[in-house]
Amino acid sequence: MIAQNIGFWIIAIVMIVAALRVVTTNNVVHAALWLVVVLAGAAAQYILLAAEFVAVTQVLVYIGAVMVLFLFGTMLTRARIGTESDLNNSYKKLGIPVGLVMFAAMSVALVSSFGDEKLPQTASVVSTQEISDQIFGPYLLPFWALSFVLLAAVVGAIVLARKD
Amino acid sequence: MFVNQFLFLAAVLFCIGVYGVVARKNAVLMLMSIELILNSVNINLLTFALRNGSTDGHVFALYIIAVAAAEVGVGLGLVLLVYRNKKTISVDDLSEMRG
Repeated sequence: MIAQNIGFWIIAIVMIVAALRVVTTNNVVHAALWLVVVLAGAAAQYILLAAEFVAVTQVLVYIGAVMVLFLFGTMLTRARIGTESDLNNSYKKLGIPVGLVMFAAMSVALVSSFGDEKLPQTASVVSTQEISDQIFGPYLLPFWALSFVLLAAVVGAIVLARKD
Repeated sequence: MFVNQFLFLAAVLFCIGVYGVVARKNAVLMLMSIELILNSVNINLLTFALRNGSTDGHVFALYIIAVAAAEVGVGLGLVLLVYRNKKTISVDDLSEMRG
């Protein structure tokens, strides 16, 4: 438990610093690379939460596919790779109170609801078989709907991005 | 490990993502901030899956990952289209629908 806690705090601090860099850096490519750090940290947290299948999927889909999409989007929409000065709104100061007020509200709710409740100590890792039994059992209908969402997204992306 | 330490991490990431959506003007960076928000939601779902000892949260997390991938695909297609038509991806310059 002690080792898990130390791991949690190290990863959490790295994730928060990287997330702050994502929203403050002046270079789009650097923002994408900091986002990789956040996503990898999230995958590590999933393993701490005994969800190894979701962690592996996170690495495959996010770090593998989504980041390639982001880098391609950056390349295709900008002529030069480098620091840019006009990435932020003129009213970006407004975002700080918005974020802080939301965090304060969530903190009050979390502390009053969960206090110092602990996670179960003896949790076993959720196996891939259990997840597939859920997906192809009670959650089959949402799975079908999701297939159509992906199909529509693929077709829509092609229709939007083609030249004619 | 406390339940709250994971939930607070997710809350911090969520608020950073909201700040990014509000403060950023570049459309690609706004999409990245939305990814931060979706990841914080996934951490929440998996925390409650472990707390309640059920696998439903894992299924929802996988569905969210799939929807996020679709969202990024369509979003970047839109950004490419806007760039091709207007030579900029600053969302402040897209004011055609303003009355």
